[in-house]
Amino acid sequence: MAELPPFVLFYLAALAAAVLPRRARQVVMLAVPLVGGLALMNLTPDLLVRVAFMDLYLEPLRVDKLSMLFGILFHIGAFIGIVFSLHVDDRSQHVAALLYAGSAIGAVFAGDLLTLFLFWEILALTSAFLIFASRTDRAWGAGMRYLVIQVLSGVLLLAGALMLYRHSGSLAFNHIGLNGAGSFLIFIAFGIKCAFPLLHNWLTDAYPEATPTGTVFLSAFTTKVAVYALARGFAGTEALVYIGATMTCFPIFYAVIENDLRRVLAYSMINQIGFMVVGIGLGTALAMNGAIAHAFNDVIFKGLLMMSMGAVLHMTGRINGSDLGGLYKSMPITAGLCIVGAASISAFPLFSGFVSKSMVMVAVLEEGHPGVWLALLFASAGVFHHAGIKIPFFAFFSHDSGIRTTEPPLNMLAAMGLAAVLCVLIGCYPWALYELLPYSTSYAPFDGSHILAQIQLLVFSAAAFAWLKVSGIYPPELRSTNIDVEWLYRRLAPRWVRHCTQRLTAISDTLGQATQNVSRVAMRSVVRHYGPEGALARSWPTGSMVFWVAVLLAASLILYYL
Amino acid sequence: MNDKAHIFDKPQNVRRVLWALVAICIVTIGADFVYHRHIVHPWEGVWGFYAIYGFVACVVLVLVAKELRKLLMRAEDYYDRDG
Repeated sequence: MAELPPFVLFYLAALAAAVLPRRARQVVMLAVPLVGGLALMNLTPDLLVRVAFMDLYLEPLRVDKLSMLFGILFHIGAFIGIVFSLHVDDRSQHVAALLYAGSAIGAVFAGDLLTLFLFWEILALTSAFLIFASRTDRAWGAGMRYLVIQVLSGVLLLAGALMLYRHSGSLAFNHIGLNGAGSFLIFIAFGIKCAFPLLHNWLTDAYPEATPTGTVFLSAFTTKVAVYALARGFAGTEALVYIGATMTCFPIFYAVIENDLRRVLAYSMINQIGFMVVGIGLGTALAMNGAIAHAFNDVIFKGLLMMSMGAVLHMTGRINGSDLGGLYKSMPITAGLCIVGAASISAFPLFSGFVSKSMVMVAVLEEGHPGVWLALLFASAGVFHHAGIKIPFFAFFSHDSGIRTTEPPLNMLAAMGLAAVLCVLIGCYPWALYELLPYSTSYAPFDGSHILAQIQLLVFSAAAFAWLKVSGIYPPELRSTNIDVEWLYRRLAPRWVRHCTQRLTAISDTLGQATQNVSRVAMRSVVRHYGPEGALARSWPTGSMVFWVAVLLAASLILYYL
Repeated sequence: MNDKAHIFDKPQNVRRVLWALVAICIVTIGADFVYHRHIVHPWEGVWGFYAIYGFVACVVLVLVAKELRKLLMRAEDYYDRDG
């Protein structure tokens, strides 16, 4: 039992959920992450299970501190997501969610690249069903685009892995580093799932189209598996510092002008992953610990924010900032829990974001990247602005939209409450999380200088928001679409393809016309010779027939006598 | 629906929140006079660095984003229409 790979439980539960009636299904779903979590505690540390497969050695279970931390995190994330979606009466969503969570857990315990690839693709496939489950045309389109991009990432991973295998004869998934084409392909594969700039648009396209409960699962797993994979394979790759810094900065501009509040959170997710990517790029013990701890906290606080917006969508059917407002009157508990998530993502002292993000910030300065540090500081102010203030403000406060509803179902409140408690617990007592981190450091989070600096940054950001809002400079929430990189494949490419087909159609029309002309001429000559008036189709009188027979006979007589 | 007056329906309550924010701002930036922060980089030592940077960053962020709307904003059904 102890050596059973943890994903197996989730796959078995998915099988059970596919056939069990609703009540029994709920019990199984709640039990899986709890039982799985207990089994995880009993796993032998530094265990490596090897299986011979044809000529290859596969490692479906590798336990070390890094995989263990993500394993624990994904069990927590799965449990919160399952509680949040317990009221949903949709078997396909439950099965997809269990398979999806199981695949994420399988991926972080995979010891070789082939096993990683398998889970990487199942992750893509199962998660797409959480988007399709919205059962709208928009969701269908977004889900298909999502699936194509995710599968592409998997194909790149497989190609890269095979190239590395040819080169080194090993499929083991350890530090890879950027050297050679194979490693570059794997880097891009991880980069797609990690939402690197220009490769990021699947996230903001698809996540906001998923079901209110599906988005909570989506935000927990896919990108964090990618962060894990980067931390395992590309720690200390300097390019990541600059890629990460870009990721923290550009999405916040979109987040400020975006109307769909779940899409705001999707942009803010790229911003948070940026901090992790910077930490991984630095590769020092403090930076890696910060990046990984931040991934841990992000699953919980971003989950909490996604849940609060999911609850709003579930209860009101609306998610655009322009349609919402004043909901604190009828959903005060949800509003309060949302504010806890907002404080955590903004890294207020005593909330979870503070104890992990500050590690990355300190590491950036210590490693001598003051420019990157300024960018991250800008992004920190920005994240407070759009996720910390904008989300709760436009949903729950702002002008009263007149919507009157009630608090969401109890299971939703319980899931949000659990996430909020974890945010505050980790924020006040971070040492439990630090114990799990792969490197030993003596980082002291509650240092007077850090606390004062962070509070100054945040309250003056809040003051800026208040001033802009009161003076009317702040841009209003407008019903709109903001074009992003997806414009290339949703607008430019289809337009270009349409243009090419039109050109091709014109050419084929001309060709068809020419062929028609040639055949018409040919047909005309056939008609002339064989048609009713044609020389070869004339009916001849019997007399001429007899005459010609006589001529033939005479000719043969003459030939005979000759 | 019972629609009693809620806390932020009264403008004076909103004003109270804003004044409280101003007070907190003054207190935290004032702390820079008395509390000597230890620093890693000289920029951090500039008086009120984090406060001013935070304020300016947010204002710049919003103004730039507002301008970006001219470049990026399309109708809500932009991708649903043929074009």
